[in-house]
Amino acid sequence: MHLSIEPDACVGSGQCALAVPEIFDQDDEDGTVVLLDEQPPQDLHEAVHEAAGLCPVQAILVAAADDTAR
Amino acid sequence: MTAIDTHPTVRQNPFDPPAELAKYRADEPVRRMRYPDGHVGWLVTSHALARKLLADQRFSARSEFKRAPVSRPGADPFYGAPALPGWLVDMDAPEHTRLRQQLAGKFTARRMREMRPQIERIVEDLLDAMAERGGPLDLVESFALPVPSLMICELLGVPYSERAEFQRNSEILFSLNATAAEASEAMDRLYGFLRGLAASGSTRTADGLLAMLADDGTLDAEEIAGVGVLLLTAGHESTSSSLSLSTLALLAHPEQLALLREDPSITDNAVEELLRYLSVFHFGVPRTPLEDVEFEGHLFRTGESITVSIPAANRDPGWFEDPDRLDFTRKTAGHMAFGFGIHQCLGQNLVRMEMRTALPMLFRRFPTLALAVPPEEVPLATDMSVYGVHRLPVTW
Repeated sequence: MHLSIEPDACVGSGQCALAVPEIFDQDDEDGTVVLLDEQPPQDLHEAVHEAAGLCPVQAILVAAADDTAR
Repeated sequence: MTAIDTHPTVRQNPFDPPAELAKYRADEPVRRMRYPDGHVGWLVTSHALARKLLADQRFSARSEFKRAPVSRPGADPFYGAPALPGWLVDMDAPEHTRLRQQLAGKFTARRMREMRPQIERIVEDLLDAMAERGGPLDLVESFALPVPSLMICELLGVPYSERAEFQRNSEILFSLNATAAEASEAMDRLYGFLRGLAASGSTRTADGLLAMLADDGTLDAEEIAGVGVLLLTAGHESTSSSLSLSTLALLAHPEQLALLREDPSITDNAVEELLRYLSVFHFGVPRTPLEDVEFEGHLFRTGESITVSIPAANRDPGWFEDPDRLDFTRKTAGHMAFGFGIHQCLGQNLVRMEMRTALPMLFRRFPTLALAVPPEEVPLATDMSVYGVHRLPVTW
């Protein structure tokens, strides 16, 4: 799994940071998402998928690991 | 030609939205609806379409185009007129974006988690006062209103001594029985007070949101006052209703209350389920296309009012299994109690923390909590723009 975000879309609703604090935090200035780990461990994949679905502006992009240059 | 229905308002019981909404959602999830002023607009009732529509920025949130689906005399001065300074709920990007960026950093999930000790202290004090006074008493007045009211005052940096005045004005603002003039006067009083707070260093708490915004200098005094009024009114009426209705729902569903007592680890999900099930924004969210928009086979014409029904979306069997059942063990992800899209509730994580903290503390302190009147005598606030109860007489 490879994560990326669209910072311009983010409105700082904080659903991702509440759901998976290991992976998502928020900027103290404007509340936008801060990605803590672009390649979350396996045991968080389901939670990360769910968090991406919760995002009200779909600012979290989830790609399969083989889509990346790893 | 068939008659065009208005937005339904009559509930069959305290917890379920009007039955017509379920029928509309099944038959015609995008349908024509007549507004109180005779305008013929649209009502959207399915979860999938509500989500899609609220994420689509071609649908404007600007207040000058908004129409309330149900007659609300008190709200008239604020619909149909341009957004008040600071009222980001009534704006589109980029004006909305500029304000939201200033505020979202103060409402992050981390900050809200860190406020838990403050919430616990406030709740503890209120429970102490209840215990001292003894039942029966009105839980709205003694608990559900003061929790969010004290928290938002704390967050903004508003002195506690002023909160009674705030509650009075906010109540007028949200009441369907207030005249337009009364609502407008209440708004003026709130503005006047917050303008004073934003300007003077002496009467506000230094680490409060108002002080931070004033020191930052990006927003002008009028915008800061507007943000303050918006957060105060939005923050306490809706959370208060959520707390009192949740208590009523827990008392009416003892098997769910028992689940919560036996396993506190389900508290977070129980709160999400209560938010979904109760959907206090029962008249939905208004949007307006600023150009002709093709949407799911319908043509929404420029300026036609659209109401996105939150209660209908939250009871959609296409998203939630057995949606009319209150079930703390269900998967609650995707409920729309806080809306969707760029306007999704800014204070949602504060509301969550308040509910997660206050409800278990209430039932721990008063394990025998019960209604002090027959259930049918609880006065329901079906006439308010935020659904709830006017009073909740309880004893223990």
